[in-house]
Parts: sequence; structure tokens; C-alpha cells
Amino acid sequence: MQQFVNVTLTGLISGSVYAAFALALVLIWRSTRIVNFAQGSMAAATSFIALALIQAGQSYWLALVVALASGFVIGAVIERVVIRPVEGGPELNAVIVTLGLFVAIQALIAIVFGSSFESFPAPFGLRGFTVGETTIALTPNSIYVLVAVVLTMAGLIALFRFTRLGLAMRASAFGQEVARLLGVRVGRMLTLGWALAAVVGSLSGLLIAGGGLVYPAYMDALIVFGFVAAVLGGLDSPVGAVVGGLTIGLALSYVSAYLDPALVNLAALVILMVVLLVRPGGLFASSTARRA
Amino acid sequence: MTQPPDTPVVSTGEISSEAPVQATAAANAPTASAGGGRSFLPANTLLRHLLVLVACAVGAVVLLEITDPFTNSQLAQLTYYAIAAGGLTVLTGLNGQISLGHGALMAVGAYTTALMLDADEPLPLPVVLLAAVALATVVGALVGVAAARLHGPYLAGATLALAVGLPGLAVYYGDLFGGEQGLRVRAPRAPESFESFIDLVSGNPPSATKWLAYVGTICLLITFFLLANLVRSRIGRTWRAVRDQEVAAELAGINLGAWRVLAFVVSAACAGLAGGVLALVVRLAAPSGFTLVLSLALLTAIVIGGLGSLVGVLLGSALLVFLPPFVTDLGADLGLNSTEAAQLAPFVYGLVLVVVMIFAPAGVVGTIRMRWLTARARRAARGAGS
Repeated sequence: MQQFVNVTLTGLISGSVYAAFALALVLIWRSTRIVNFAQGSMAAATSFIALALIQAGQSYWLALVVALASGFVIGAVIERVVIRPVEGGPELNAVIVTLGLFVAIQALIAIVFGSSFESFPAPFGLRGFTVGETTIALTPNSIYVLVAVVLTMAGLIALFRFTRLGLAMRASAFGQEVARLLGVRVGRMLTLGWALAAVVGSLSGLLIAGGGLVYPAYMDALIVFGFVAAVLGGLDSPVGAVVGGLTIGLALSYVSAYLDPALVNLAALVILMVVLLVRPGGLFASSTARRA
Repeated sequence: MTQPPDTPVVSTGEISSEAPVQATAAANAPTASAGGGRSFLPANTLLRHLLVLVACAVGAVVLLEITDPFTNSQLAQLTYYAIAAGGLTVLTGLNGQISLGHGALMAVGAYTTALMLDADEPLPLPVVLLAAVALATVVGALVGVAAARLHGPYLAGATLALAVGLPGLAVYYGDLFGGEQGLRVRAPRAPESFESFIDLVSGNPPSATKWLAYVGTICLLITFFLLANLVRSRIGRTWRAVRDQEVAAELAGINLGAWRVLAFVVSAACAGLAGGVLALVVRLAAPSGFTLVLSLALLTAIVIGGLGSLVGVLLGSALLVFLPPFVTDLGADLGLNSTEAAQLAPFVYGLVLVVVMIFAPAGVVGTIRMRWLTARARRAARGAGS
């Protein structure tokens, strides 16, 4: 029973990070109909920037802010320079471009920062709280992770629901031509969408790195989990991405604990296949966009 | 953030269903021999391909005999890249399905080969390679059934999960597959007839490397001969119809799903053979050999050559083999240490994917062919006008 509680807690916490990552994918998918396979590499790049600052003696919080800001810039630049030419074109071309970015950025990180395993500090303690006599798998750091993810989501909801900017972004995702006719600078909104998504992606990268090891390819598994979570939620629905992320986190945590850690990636594949075959629209499909 | 259903979705979907036309139009233009009539090659496709096959076989023997043993081993590497990429280009270029899982399918072929050659009395090599093909075909059929219902980013994501997930099996069943260390492959010795053949042709020492390079070349030639015929057959035309106009193809009585599965199966068979050759050449089947980077390298090979073009695949595979040593040396000259310099090759792959997709989505072969066709059409128009 105690193991079950711990496994569930671990699953929920990693699930919240997957949810944030899936949310970043969904943000980009909604605005540009592109799945950004480079998301993981971009997030890894910002984590390494943060790590470089921390190793230079700066505080975690400064490093966090700088990493998120650099994520914003990287996202905007990539959308402007590389993605714009293939936007609205053949979907295979966009997929190939993001895959190219994925490899290129990952290799660039290895060239600049080296490809060894580095430990990434956590801002809060990693010792589990004690309830009565037993230590549970809930640590101060995992509470920080949960709070950070919830705050980010609340911020995004506020942005899209209550601000003019959010309205303009929703409008450009909803109907580019109509939005343009109504005076929305659609190009800018798309760039902003990518930049915001890159910030959310970077945050999830930093959260998963905290207290663990980072290396250039450490986000490879996360891109798969994030994608599975996003598809589980239907790729179109932010709420779906969050629920999908938590579901994947729980499921993988159970597989890792009760079957074998080596099977986690395979379990993600199985879940993805089952979802795509049984409910291709995802659990929260809001449109019939996909011919699947 | 709960929004009503997006409307532009539909229009995007319509664009995308016709998507690969632009990228691969050049690859499907009739070749000079098929359309021009000014060629010396016979009009019969099978006969023409047989002639090309013989010419390529002679060329390959000459190439393998005039180059040193190190280049021989590089050419052996080229053969397995080209076999896998040949299958992938048929899938992506002709049928419009993308796959990032071909590295995993190659792993199926490689492990099959390694295990079968490890037996006390190993079966003859062709049987082993055929078994590798058969097993990869079965796995490919399973993946293909799922893949047939997906397209674009969904397919990419699903096959990405396959590429990341399948190597986990090798670790989970560590007793059978050797875990992270993988399996050593006992490459069979060259037969006597091979030694007398080499002695007859060039008198070079018939080393094991040379034998494996020949095995790879024979597999490559057979694969490309079969693929070239398939592409020009009714099956190839049907695949293009499925890719270009789903609705029209469906109206013409084509079962979209079945044809997509078939494309995936053919492509998986190639990946299985490539995996078998890889196991022989590298003499090791380990999870680290079948990472995502391998799958993405194959994608680079088919994109740079031009989707759907078998000649382009050879070009792209040559790039995969000869570029890494070149850029690694370059990196070492620039003062990078060896692990950093080793990362330059994937960096260039990624950059190439992005740059080619933005500036020349038809790839090298496609772009040249398109230029040539435009020039010819212009000349013809001028001739008709005067």
C-alpha cells in the first residue's frame, strides 16, 4: 500500500511535467498545425544555459529566469527564420524541418557544453516528507514542481481568456485570414505563440532536470511522453494535454515500478498505439481535424 | 482556454493531403528513357532495369577492386544505409508516409541475423538474411496496420515512439539479446568460389572485409532492382495515387489502408535486410547502434537525394558514410576534442534537413531533374514557335 502511494505520487509529479511539455506542443499545434519535434532539444539547450550560470556561481532563480528568457528568444527566432518558410506548406516538410532542428540543436549542445552527464541542482530539498513513521515520495522539490506547473497553466489560461493579446492569438489560430482582415498582426501572434510554447517547454525541461542528471539527449524520452500525452488529449485541447500528461505519468510510473524500468518507453508506445487505434481523436477531441 | 473547434483545420488538412506532390513531383517525372524516346535503352522496363543492374554490378566490382580495404569497409557501410534508405524513400516519397522507426526495424533484422549466426550449425547466409527480412516484415506489418490510419505528424510521433521504445526490449530480455552490450556477430567465412573470383578479377587479397562488402553490394543491387521495378509497376502507380489524391484513389476502387500497409511492409523488409547487413559489417548488434539518430540519418539521406529517388538514396547514403570522417577531421582541426567533433556529423545532418526542406524540397536529384525538364520544355516550345 505504501509503495502504491509512493508510485502514484511519483507518477503524478512526473505527469505534471509531461503535462506542461504536452501543453507546449499543443500551443504550437493550435497556432501553426505543426508538431514541434525540436521542443525537447530547445528545452535541453535552455537547461544547459541555466546549468552554465549555476556552475558559474549564480543562484538557481536567476538561472531559471535567464533560461526561460532564452527559451522565449530561441522559440521566436526559430519560428521567424526556419518555420515561417514551411508554414502552411506540405505537412511532411514541416515535420522534417522540426526533426532536423531536433538533431541539430542536440548536437550543438554536445559541441558547446560537452556530452558528459552533469548533475543539475534542485532549488528545494529532495528528502521526502515523513508521515508518522514512514517517508513518502513527496519532497519539497516536487511540491515546487507542482506549484510551478499549476502557476504556468493558470497564467496561460488568464492570458488566453482575459487579455486582448490572448484574444488576438486565439483569433489568429482560429482563422488566419479573418483575423488578418480584422487587423490582427497574425505573423507576430504566431511568433509569440512559438516563443510562449518554448518558454513552457523550457520550464518543463528545467523541472525534470532538477535534482537529476542532464546530458544533451536527456529530453528524448520526454518528447515521446509529451507527444503521447498531447495525442491522448487530442493535440487540440489544452485541458486534454494536462489530463493526458497526468495519465501518462501515472501509467508509466506503475509500469516502471511493477513491471520493469526498461519497458517504460515501450509502454508509452503501446499506449499511443492503443489511443490512436481506438480513439484517434483523443480523449478530448474537439474537432474532426484529423483524418486518422 | 477552451475554444470552439478550429475551422482552419479543414483547409490545412486539404492542403496536406496533397502535400507530397510538391516535394516529390520531380521524382515522379518520366525519365528520359521512358518519355523521350531518344534513348539507347530498351523501352521494356524489366529489360532496361536488367541492363542497368548488370552495368551497376560491373561498376561495383571495379569500384571495390580499385579501392583500398578501408574504403571497402566504408562502401560496405554505404550498402546497408542505401538498402534501408531505399525502402524508406519508397514509403515516404511514393506513398507519403514518414517513418522514424526504421532504425528499430533495422534492429529487428540485425538481432535476427546475430542470433541465427550464433547457432552451433549456422544456416547458410542467404537463409539467415531472408529470415531477417521475414521477421522485419512481420513487425513492419504490425506497425503498418497502425500507421495506415495516421498521417504526417501523428505518424512521425508514433514511429518516433517505436524508435525510442523498441531498444528497451533488448535490455528487458537481456539474457537473449545481451542487454546494453548487445550481441557479437560471427560473420561467416567467404566461400572458396569468392576467393577464386577475386583472384581472377584483380588478384587482390580476398579479405573478410572485402567479402562482406560484396555481400552488401549484392543485397543492395537485388533490393534496388526489385524496388525500381516495383516503383514502375501498377503497385508504384497505386501508391502515388494514394499519396496524391486520397479521394480520387478511393473512388477508383483503391483500398487506401491496404496499400499503405503494403508500402510499409515493403519498406520494413528493406530495413530488415539492411539490419542484417549492418550486423555482418559492424559485427555487433547492440541497442546503442539503433538510436534515433540512425533513423534521422536515414531520413537525411532520402531528403537530400530527393524523396522517391533511388539514385538520390545512393547520393544520400554516400553522404552518411563519407561526411562524418570529413567533418570530424575538420572539427579536430578547429580545436574541438574528439567527442565534440563526433557531434559535428549529426549537427550537419540536422542542418541539411532544414536547409534542403526550405530551399530545395525536391532534393538534389529532384532539383536537377526539374531544371533539366524545364529547360527541355523551353527548348521544345522555342522549336515549335520558330
